[in-house]
Amino acid sequence: MSTTTIPTGVKWWNGGRSPFNASYGKVMMWYFLMSDAFTFGAFLISYGTIRFSQNVWADANNVFDSAPFIHGGAPLLFVSIMTFILIASSVTMVLAVHEGHKMNRKGVEKFMIMTIIGGLMFLGCQAWEWTHLLTGEHFALAANGGLEGLNTSVIHNPWGHALSGIELTDALSKTSPEVMKSMILSHDHSAVLNGLSNTQLVEKINEAVAAGHLHVTHPGPIAFGGYFFGITGFHGFHVFSGVIINLVMYLKTRFGHFDQRGHYEMIEKAGLYWHFVDLVWVFVFLCFYLI
Amino acid sequence: MSEQVAASPEISFVNHSTGGTKRLWQVFWILSAVTIVELLMGFGLAKHWYGEPDKNKSLILFIKGAICILSLAKAYYIVGVFMHLGSELRNFRLTIVVTLILFVWFIISFLSDGNSWKNMRNTRAGSMPDQTEQKVVVPAKGAKE
Repeated sequence: MSTTTIPTGVKWWNGGRSPFNASYGKVMMWYFLMSDAFTFGAFLISYGTIRFSQNVWADANNVFDSAPFIHGGAPLLFVSIMTFILIASSVTMVLAVHEGHKMNRKGVEKFMIMTIIGGLMFLGCQAWEWTHLLTGEHFALAANGGLEGLNTSVIHNPWGHALSGIELTDALSKTSPEVMKSMILSHDHSAVLNGLSNTQLVEKINEAVAAGHLHVTHPGPIAFGGYFFGITGFHGFHVFSGVIINLVMYLKTRFGHFDQRGHYEMIEKAGLYWHFVDLVWVFVFLCFYLI
Repeated sequence: MSEQVAASPEISFVNHSTGGTKRLWQVFWILSAVTIVELLMGFGLAKHWYGEPDKNKSLILFIKGAICILSLAKAYYIVGVFMHLGSELRNFRLTIVVTLILFVWFIISFLSDGNSWKNMRNTRAGSMPDQTEQKVVVPAKGAKE
């Protein structure tokens, strides 16, 4: 039996003509991204399945209604800033690819730096948002029938529906004065509460709830935190690795590696990854914040 | 500036985007505009512009569907222009786009599954009725009496 001899130094991809007239690396980057799309898709669809199976789900407009220096009442504001940061960094990335086609090293360097800064800004925003959710306390019904302060984590969250008047009265009767005081202080930082009786505290809380300053809820759907932190975390990890890839590409550009090669295709491949990260954010944004 | 060469010798086509960046900026403005429209529609959901959530269910569902379609339009522009899939060969485009059709089945079947869980939960069809706490003797496998 004779075997086909392959001249040394020739890759299997070399059949004389490339499939799809594209380089191996670029085609495989596309197929990697397609498989990654299915990973993200599976996560988001699983989120949808669980959400469809529940009667009550967390209302995104209450969960994400804060921004730095704004305490509540601004739904969608912060996340829209994050979205525009990512769109802008996508444009600078595609401009870097464009400069690469023109073999303009300075231009590539400039736009890669801008893209990296955009990525870091996005990560900073996400860190702020996570910190806000993990440390911010809201008051929800506890297992003992009283009220307790709850943060948003993967095991619990305070984003259920509001307590009715009767439920609130019943819950307050089982709540310690310390928790009641912190409930009042959470919306009125200068309140003087020394010497107030339990009845007076309950009265103050009822007033605040009626005026809409204080929200007292049932615990939210347990799965919410896991999905939110899991999926935005997985996306954030993609952003992080994208920033690292872009940083390496920037350094390679700066050292003139691509000028020696005669083409800037690596920038194009890194760009594919970066745009994919933006693409995934479109759907994360859609599923968690918009609808 | 030197002329760009192909990434490997077997590629006859080099993406000489000789044109300016006009198309790229155009897409940037399209993406921004669509995002602003989405945000306005989402803000309307938050502020109950379309009526109370319990009552106007079909209108709210329509708005949410419209936001989904706008997101798909954004995805189309990002993939087609920013990722240059639109200028790849048609057969290559198809290997990716045809595969993604799997998502149609994926979304429909899994969301309807979730919905059926909810129905079972609400009608108790999935669990034993709570009043009739019968002792259910589970026969050992294969032991049919």
